[in-house]
Amino acid sequence: MSEKHVGQPLLRKEDPRLLRGQGRYLDDLGRGALAAAFVRSPVAHARITDIDVSGALDVEGLVAIYTYEDLPDRIAEPLPLLIPHPDLTHPRTPHCLADGEVNHVGEAVVMVVATDRYLAEDAAERIVVSYDELPPVVGIDQARAAERLVHADIPGNVAAVSVQENGKGDVREAIAAAPHRLTLDLAIERSASMPMEGKGVLAHWDADDRTLRVHSSTQTSTSVRLAVAAKLGLPPDRVEVITPDVGGGFGVKIVHPWPEEILVPWAAMRLGRDVKWVEDRREHFVSAAHERGQQQRIEVGFDDSGRLRGLSVEIWHDNGAYVPYGIIVPIVTSTQLLGPYKVGAYRVEFTSLYTNTVIVTPYRGAGRPQGVFAMERTMDAIAEYLGLDRLAVREANLIQPDEMPYDQGLVFQDGRPLIYDTGDYPTMLRMIRELVGWDGFEAERAAAAVEGRRIGIGVAAYVEGTGMGPYEGAHVKVETTGEIVVSTGLTTQGQGHYTTLAQIAADVLGVAVADVTVVTGDTRRFKYAVGTFASRAIVTSGNAVAVAAGKVAEKAKRIAAAALGEGTAAEDLELVEGMVRRRDDPTTAIDLRTVAVLSNPLRYAFDEAAKAATQFASAAGTGDEPGLEATGFYMPERSTFAAGAHGVVVETDPDTADIRILRYCVVHDCGVVVNPRIVEGQVHGGVAQGVGGALYERIVYDDAGQLVNASYMDFLIPFSTEVPQIETAHMVTASGLNPLGLKGAGEAGVIPTSAAVASAIEDAERDRGVAIRRMPISPSELYELRKGRVHA
Amino acid sequence: MSEQRHQVTVTVNGVTRRGDVPARRLLADFLRMDLGLTGTHLGCEHGVCGACTVLLDGAPVRSCLIFAVSADGHEITTVEGCVEDDDQLGPVQQAFLECHGLQCGFCTPGFITTITAYLEENPKPTEEEAREAIGGNLCRCTGYQNIVKAVLRAAEIKREREAPHE
Repeated sequence: MSEKHVGQPLLRKEDPRLLRGQGRYLDDLGRGALAAAFVRSPVAHARITDIDVSGALDVEGLVAIYTYEDLPDRIAEPLPLLIPHPDLTHPRTPHCLADGEVNHVGEAVVMVVATDRYLAEDAAERIVVSYDELPPVVGIDQARAAERLVHADIPGNVAAVSVQENGKGDVREAIAAAPHRLTLDLAIERSASMPMEGKGVLAHWDADDRTLRVHSSTQTSTSVRLAVAAKLGLPPDRVEVITPDVGGGFGVKIVHPWPEEILVPWAAMRLGRDVKWVEDRREHFVSAAHERGQQQRIEVGFDDSGRLRGLSVEIWHDNGAYVPYGIIVPIVTSTQLLGPYKVGAYRVEFTSLYTNTVIVTPYRGAGRPQGVFAMERTMDAIAEYLGLDRLAVREANLIQPDEMPYDQGLVFQDGRPLIYDTGDYPTMLRMIRELVGWDGFEAERAAAAVEGRRIGIGVAAYVEGTGMGPYEGAHVKVETTGEIVVSTGLTTQGQGHYTTLAQIAADVLGVAVADVTVVTGDTRRFKYAVGTFASRAIVTSGNAVAVAAGKVAEKAKRIAAAALGEGTAAEDLELVEGMVRRRDDPTTAIDLRTVAVLSNPLRYAFDEAAKAATQFASAAGTGDEPGLEATGFYMPERSTFAAGAHGVVVETDPDTADIRILRYCVVHDCGVVVNPRIVEGQVHGGVAQGVGGALYERIVYDDAGQLVNASYMDFLIPFSTEVPQIETAHMVTASGLNPLGLKGAGEAGVIPTSAAVASAIEDAERDRGVAIRRMPISPSELYELRKGRVHA
Repeated sequence: MSEQRHQVTVTVNGVTRRGDVPARRLLADFLRMDLGLTGTHLGCEHGVCGACTVLLDGAPVRSCLIFAVSADGHEITTVEGCVEDDDQLGPVQQAFLECHGLQCGFCTPGFITTITAYLEENPKPTEEEAREAIGGNLCRCTGYQNIVKAVLRAAEIKREREAPHE
């Protein structure tokens, strides 16, 4: 029996190509295509009174200028509401180009097409748009106050109000009856996914064939395909969408169709020429999506040992100017807030509010960092109030392994019940206690104090729903060369699917990973998929690949049994090292590639392999369809729940309030691990984004609704010098919900970082009575907090 | 009115290349669009992220901040040129492969070129020096942990390959 590939830290198959500069990202394609550029609103809220394009008309290379007036039929209608919800009573989605009103800086107003991007921008800057400015709504306070409205016909700026209760009693009564009560007001600021590659679209219209080929740097090519077909009025079979190499997604590229994903193909069809648009960094800041911004009010009742009796949470969520992606983010916050804990009676109410800012859609973590911040700040506040150890308070509230599966009594973002399938949270906290050195920390603190240094320790835990449905699928084919081709519809943005999915297929088919080629995100190859988001790809696609490969293996056994003749049944065979062989007699074997040849009975012997498969030579005759291939799907009944805990040690400068992370420890459980090297990398990347969100990254709007830090000079993504060394430990509680036992890992690293860092800073500052209620936190904000000034 | 164009001659990855470009053509765009060397990526177009880093006469520069005409007469090395003479992966590329130093791969070319130049200057960096050496390039995927390791590993591979064969 050859060694299994699942579980091995294999090197990535995709890397040699990427390392040589042979990756093919969106802007590497379509040389010679026309270039699109957009005139975007420079103001946050206004009526458009005039668009004067005359100055642009004599720009060399100008091909076309389009405004809202030019858009036909369905393209002129608002973009779809992708995820409707009964509580989303006042949805509003944007138009491809503004139809007389702009609601945030960066909203597209005019599309320009020219022979190259330089010239398109020349033309764009000569177009004069006149605005009649309206007072903007900026920030949650203004949205709540509702003295100004983003959309005149949406009262109170409220898109949605949603309430969930966990059915464990009346929360008011539970809190009132508890021995102790606390109230916390918290806030998390805006941040953004900020992949290193922005968005981009390239469209090719074949007028003879009447087919449209769109390349998009999307996280969901299959859904873009259907959306483009619907908007352009084309039969879906005339549209193919291909996702080339993608330079990171982190959530922002799951939103679709972006205005440009409709306009660029439409222009290509109108003009009969290839058209490409590649987002520049400023455009990405002002017209892609942001996340995170929330205010929270928490009321909690608890007993003398810190056990929660009741938890009531109110959330005010800034959804930006439109809600094309629905209210997924606050739903995730409200449900995932509970983490690994039993909280007694729980009630959560969120209000999703419009502001004149860029739309808010999931960014890695997708509402969880805010929820974990709320829960873990609460745990720390309880410990502080009772004078108990912070870890002990957490431990007192943990769901125990023998309580699994544990029903939290809520409805999750996938519409299914929030039932934790497996998990061992006591072990998880014990591991983080040991890894971060919780028990020995007081001695370290004392030693540091002697040197005049102040250090603090913090911890935060989370549970993360991953691997949600509705489904993913895969097609697996054994070529007559022996190459295995695995095609899955979901896209990849650096998660290593070319390797991990190959590992899964290789194990099922008994071949080497080197023999497996994985295709992702190309609707010409596989048309049914949901997309890569919500830490779902390896769970859903991984299991789908296993299903499809399993069908191929069974088919291979049937054909091989027929070929091996009398006395050998399919059940007697196994697939090992590229052979289909008898379990009891490995010398009775047939090469998998020969089985592939036999699987497709031929009349014409066009090459040596085919000669073996002509009808006079073939021994097939199993009644199977031709081709050693199969399609398989995996449809999870509900999400599977990964978990983790982070422990952090920080140092704060007694004078300058500079904040430095000394140690960063992660305990991580994502079920069965397909490739530990890749999972570790995912955790590292998540933590780096978490550190950014805790200490550096914030999207800043001024009162006029101008995004004042829309560049990498001012929006501070951590460099290597800001990310601490990350120490990791893994544990495995296999998911009981899917055959491979997998849970997702993509978002894990980012989820508890702000909470853990806040806890550690507060601990370092405890003799100064600093209470951290808002993240991120800068040294100057900590400095102000020390003086007793409110961090606002 | 059409733009005035200028002759540019550069040696890119050891090959003499000529172009006829407007004065405002960025070196990055010249490499990518005119020469088809799309390994050099543009992440911010304002000189911060470092994805577009190429070597100009051996020194790392941001090709989004340099005009193609400014590179006239100079030698350029892009990520495509960071391979060995026999086309196997160069030491830095090999180290990134071994250390899982990349995920989406978009920022990677800028790291490869930056580190290639750095190791010429400091062939045996400490971990702290390695972290500092990549401190001007942004990566959104890896958290830099494995890139730091890759710098150290690249130095090792380079020494192994440069050691006289027995």
